[in-house]
Amino acid sequence: MSGNGLAPSRMHVADVLRTAGVGLRTRKLRAGLSALGIMIGIASLVAVLGLSESSKSDLLAQIDRLGTNLLVVQAGQGIGLGSAELPDTASAMVSRIGPVEEVSATGTLDANVYRTDLVPSSQSGGISVRAVETDLLLTLGGRIAAGRFLDEVAAEYPAVVLGSVAAERLGITDLDDRPLVWLGGQWFPVVGLLDPIDLSPDLDRAALVTQAAAEEYLGYDGVPSALYVRTDPDWVDAVMSVLPPTVNPENPDQVEVSRPTDALEAKAAAESAFTNLFLGLGAVALLVGGVGIANVMVISVLERRAEIGLRRALGATRRHVAVQFLLEALLLAAVGGVGGVLLGTGVTAAYARIRGWGLLIPSLALWGGLTAALLIGTIAGFYPAMRAARLSPTEALRTT
Amino acid sequence: MSPVLEMKGVTRLYPGTPPVPALRGIDLRIAEGELVSVVGPSGSGKSTLLHIMGTLDRPSAGTIRVSGFDVGRMSDRQLSALRAQRIGFVFQQFHLLDAETALDNVADGLLYTGRPAVERRRLARETLEKVGLAHRVHQHASKLSGGERQRVAVARAIVGRPALVLADEPTGNLDSHSSDAIVALLEELNAEGITMVVITHNPEIAARFPRRVALRDGLVEADEANAKGAP
Repeated sequence: MSGNGLAPSRMHVADVLRTAGVGLRTRKLRAGLSALGIMIGIASLVAVLGLSESSKSDLLAQIDRLGTNLLVVQAGQGIGLGSAELPDTASAMVSRIGPVEEVSATGTLDANVYRTDLVPSSQSGGISVRAVETDLLLTLGGRIAAGRFLDEVAAEYPAVVLGSVAAERLGITDLDDRPLVWLGGQWFPVVGLLDPIDLSPDLDRAALVTQAAAEEYLGYDGVPSALYVRTDPDWVDAVMSVLPPTVNPENPDQVEVSRPTDALEAKAAAESAFTNLFLGLGAVALLVGGVGIANVMVISVLERRAEIGLRRALGATRRHVAVQFLLEALLLAAVGGVGGVLLGTGVTAAYARIRGWGLLIPSLALWGGLTAALLIGTIAGFYPAMRAARLSPTEALRTT
Repeated sequence: MSPVLEMKGVTRLYPGTPPVPALRGIDLRIAEGELVSVVGPSGSGKSTLLHIMGTLDRPSAGTIRVSGFDVGRMSDRQLSALRAQRIGFVFQQFHLLDAETALDNVADGLLYTGRPAVERRRLARETLEKVGLAHRVHQHASKLSGGERQRVAVARAIVGRPALVLADEPTGNLDSHSSDAIVALLEELNAEGITMVVITHNPEIAARFPRRVALRDGLVEADEANAKGAP
């Protein structure tokens, strides 16, 4: 290059990597701590993305399992409507709508349920009593936890099935000793306990009796308060729009139709919003980690002036010095990045296991995490590396 | 024979108001194979002179040629290459990398020459044997005594067979016993043909070397051959 037989200073790639690792090997604690900053940032990003993705996929799977074709018809509540009720013809009318596959009516009873007849009547425990049809559980896709659901055979006799919360409040965990409850002034045997019903949590806090039993023992007038309707999945919207006039042709605006899976979908969307917030926090953690690396690198350059001077004396160019320190920052960030991805994955896996979700981490989180770490490392290492490179050799050697 | 080092009217001013002159016009020729001591009180410009000789610093005025290269015309990159291939340094503080073995420290003397690692390690081993540290090859630098550390540093300076070896107070941090051993080593290496310039405070050492350059206030006060050897 100078035209007189002097080959330029050059280094082998392996040596470049080895010299970049000197700072990490000789100052392990400091390197570890500064990599930890990046690690926490990356881990939180990966975990946030992994957790939200896993929980969302779980919610969506739940929605899928429950079916989005369940509709609930209730009497409208509002100013001036009083205690509106559905007409007693509602169930029959609805079942005549073509795409409707199942209809199950429930009525609310003005009765309370107690563990024994000695409990003061004011301590009702917030448990409602509903008169239901025997196909309710099938329509809702609910499950029995113990015993059996109400059936036609038992329809004429007093028998009650408890929602999960109701059972818990009454202190009934199993049916082994054939428990009885004091319901509407008489004893009802408990024949079944329900698992939580995802699509209609209000039933969890209810004691269910058959309509026949309700009419017989509890003075039920046969007027339903809510209809649970399963439709052909392709006709859900159409059915929703014809339900009010079908149920109550005179006052269709007094009928409320809702779709319980909407609530779950809203929950999924709400979790996405939270995810963005936590992603922001993770990004802040990553930024702080990057500042930590920059800080450590600046200190490292100050402390290692003698080494920089020595390397310049041994023939290192400014570029060799810059690359050494930049690469050191990159190595720190890479260690932090890899550690963070592993930690984030581990946290997600552990949490998903606890919650019984499937583990789902978007590959974007993994690659994005590593890329972000390396990017941060480059930015954090740039200024210290330039500083090291600009140091004049004599100045570097003088300070010892 | 062309000199290894040739300085003409070299001055070095440090910025300030007024500028502080460290060197005020140095003329010096050092031929191949010489062993030169540079002496002088603190602040006489010895270290500045050594840095300029080693191309770590540039003169404010004047010309300097090292191993035939006109330093003033060379870029920073070219100077780096010159240092990597033609100049060796020995420092008072040794400047070894403590985390590395003696062998790797010496091999680092060739790190920026682009020579393959196997060759660098082979030359480093040979050089360590030459300076009498064959038994310490794989010892970490931090475990070596002061005298041994300076031997490693000397080996690192000469491993690439440079045209010129510059030593800045090489015995300044050593006890008298180790100091004598290092001086003997330098003389021995010089006898094998390595040109050396050694800065020292120690008048005994200066008296032992064939040529003695005395600096005072940035000027050459005396440049004389000692009785026992001619320049």
